[in-house]
Amino acid sequence: MSWPQAAERRAGQGAADRWLAALLWAAALFSSGIVFVIVSTVAVEAIPFLREIGLTRLVSDEGWYPTYGRFQMTAMLIGSLVVAAGACVLALPAGVVSAVYLAFYAGRWSGRIYQRLLEILAGIPSVVLGFWGLTTVVPLIAKVEQPGTSLLAASFVLTLMILPTVALIAFARIAAVPDAYYRGAIGLGFSRWQAIRQVVLPAARPGIATGCILAFARALGETMAVVMVAGNIVQVPTSVFQPVRTLSANIALEVGYAMDVHRSSLFASATILVLAVLVIFAVGRWVAREDAHV
Amino acid sequence: MLGYRIKLAAVALPLLALTVSAIQAKADETRLLLTGSSTIAPIAEEIAHLYEEKNQDVRIDIQTGGSTKGVIDQRRGLNDIAMVSRRLKPSESDLTAHTFALDGLAMIVHEDNAVEDLSSDDIRAIYTRKKTDWSDFGDDGGEIIIINKSEGRATLDLFLDHFGLIPPDIKPHMVIGENEQGIKAVAGNRSAIGYVAISTAFYDAEHGVAIKLVGLDGVLATVENVANGSYPAIRQLNLVTAGEVSKTTQAFLDFAQSEAVHEILDTFHVVAPSR
Amino acid sequence: MSEASQPLLAHRSALRRVDWSAPAVCAIPVAVVAVMAWMLGEIAWLGADKLSWTFLTEAPRNAGREGGIGPIIASTGLIVGICLATALPLAVATSVLIAEYLPAHSRTVRVMRTLLDVLAAVPSIVFGVFGYAFFALALGFGFSILSGGLTLATMILPILIGSIEQSLRAVPLDMRIAGAGLGMTRPAVIARVLLPLASPGILAGTLLGLGRALAETAALVFTSGYVARMPESLLDSGRTLSIHVFDLSMNVPGGSGPAAGTTLLLVLLLLVLNGALLWLIAIWRRRTGMSFTLTP
Repeated sequence: MSWPQAAERRAGQGAADRWLAALLWAAALFSSGIVFVIVSTVAVEAIPFLREIGLTRLVSDEGWYPTYGRFQMTAMLIGSLVVAAGACVLALPAGVVSAVYLAFYAGRWSGRIYQRLLEILAGIPSVVLGFWGLTTVVPLIAKVEQPGTSLLAASFVLTLMILPTVALIAFARIAAVPDAYYRGAIGLGFSRWQAIRQVVLPAARPGIATGCILAFARALGETMAVVMVAGNIVQVPTSVFQPVRTLSANIALEVGYAMDVHRSSLFASATILVLAVLVIFAVGRWVAREDAHV
Repeated sequence: MLGYRIKLAAVALPLLALTVSAIQAKADETRLLLTGSSTIAPIAEEIAHLYEEKNQDVRIDIQTGGSTKGVIDQRRGLNDIAMVSRRLKPSESDLTAHTFALDGLAMIVHEDNAVEDLSSDDIRAIYTRKKTDWSDFGDDGGEIIIINKSEGRATLDLFLDHFGLIPPDIKPHMVIGENEQGIKAVAGNRSAIGYVAISTAFYDAEHGVAIKLVGLDGVLATVENVANGSYPAIRQLNLVTAGEVSKTTQAFLDFAQSEAVHEILDTFHVVAPSR
Repeated sequence: MSEASQPLLAHRSALRRVDWSAPAVCAIPVAVVAVMAWMLGEIAWLGADKLSWTFLTEAPRNAGREGGIGPIIASTGLIVGICLATALPLAVATSVLIAEYLPAHSRTVRVMRTLLDVLAAVPSIVFGVFGYAFFALALGFGFSILSGGLTLATMILPILIGSIEQSLRAVPLDMRIAGAGLGMTRPAVIARVLLPLASPGILAGTLLGLGRALAETAALVFTSGYVARMPESLLDSGRTLSIHVFDLSMNVPGGSGPAAGTTLLLVLLLLVLNGALLWLIAIWRRRTGMSFTLTP
């Protein structure tokens, strides 16, 4: 409690305090209740789909042709997971090494500047990354293999988006590892890299894992940048040069004109997306709590 | 205490003003919102400009998203008029179509492509990936990159109807929404093939976009061939409403079907249905 | 980790071996900075000759290929304005309750914070379909600046609450004791002492939310719509800078020039915002001696 008891007893009296408290309670219940409004609005719109088509057909149908009554979403779910995983595969090492650089290798100024740049990168709108991806990265990939809009392009753009998250969280965790660990290891004759690799990073691992999980959830939910560079073909990709469509991209592409069950199926996929992100998020919290116990 | 009142007023007054202006706008009868087909949107925009010049108190906003979106918005009361670039479906018999122009469906390739004409069979073979290389058609563009429209788009419906295909038959490399997005994809890719409204394709080709219209079954994709009915894939451009319409809406519908817009229709390479 | 503080032994071993890890580790930041420079450089290169007074004030013509972005700047301002005007009072009230009325580790506070964390984790496209179904259709606001602004408000609420609560908690306990000792009521202490003292932090949180709102696209396409004309009321559709970039680069052949110009403006705005944020955090640190966490 931020108010010492005696002070609260003196100041927390009278009608004004009670009225303000009532007002604040109303606002706070409203703010924290919004998430229920959002999830239930989206879920209610998904009910017609669940009633008429059912969850099993999301897997058993042949392909995604909603206006022809085929509702298989596995390919898009796999697309989402593969794009997000691809981004994490690139962003995880780059992010952790960035954090190591900030903690152990950077000079006073270069470290500060690099940290600021990462913060700026974190704030760059996804549509800007998508624009650059579309005008620069996609044509480059198209030179290697057509059509350029691909899994690779989407993962690369997402990497830039989640790299700062991984790097900044990992840096905070590495900085929280007691100095003595590193010094002790150096004292034992470890080289700088050995000390980091074998002592500091293992100690910071749960925190770094939390960062990665959060980054993965963010990559899974990202939409516009992916729509711009992924090519949006519903298929399970067999190479990184193939176009893919993610669940979130599918919603953005079709919700504007979808009707009836088709529309409802998109809200169902939005519900699935929320649930997936929340599960990942819960896992992240659980890892973080384990971290706190260590 | 006065200071706080002033601060409170500084926050509350603009909010109040915002609310009032919002409510006022609701009662405003002289604005129209058109949503729907991206094929019709640029034409409707020009017609709207002309109409606004003649009727200073009317404001017309136009938003794309596809014909079906226009129909949905119309049924939900989100727009005043839907722009629908196809015939109404049997399931849409609750709506009224006002046909103001005819257009065609054009196959487009990159301007460096040597192909000038494709038969309906060729196009079926390309879109089902039975023929996958431009060398089958006397061009050195390599593997054919197939661009398809996303579901619910009028142009896709027309394409499927005309070539007797169903969506699962088509194996595209890229799926696009808006017309212009398809043109952009073809202009940016030497090996691509796509299809859009003749009007949109002509307009962009004239404005220096690197695309070329390909003839269909030996008939050139031109406005003349649409007008004389010889082009095989013709489409209606409709303004669609449901039930009773407001005076402002009716006045605009009448205007859009009058002689006054023929000049605009010409610049967009579409023809009025009566001609 | 200064060299002088390292034990002698470590020094000797470091001397014996060549530290090959430094160039390897430094290669990553160099690569990241290079990619960033490439991206921002290209945007600046493509967009710089576009940015002019006429570009910023004129209406777009020919689907945005010509003309400027005047109405788009106006719509952006209105949407962000609605967003902050709704979210800020709610966020201040919620944070005051959490920080000044409820015991810090109570179950209520834990539940509220979890709900807000969940809200923060919801993907932006889901906010988009929610806003479309709720504000545009159920409440009948249509595709409008109002629908868009309110949707964004629900999205940035957790960011605002997080930073405002943090700022209030950083104000020393003594201030509350002194206020009570002077016979002030708790509402008076909050309004006259705590909120003014916390204001740099509150402002920093607001800028953070503002940046997030400016960057958003997915939540707006189906709520504010994308009419590119000067809005005349809050029930008009209006497109933001981000949506304009999206539309020009996706749907308009020959649109990448103005798209780059708009992108450049957007990036510059965010850089200014970022600078202001750093400055505020520096003030904050000087005033409270505490750090200010920007939740990534």
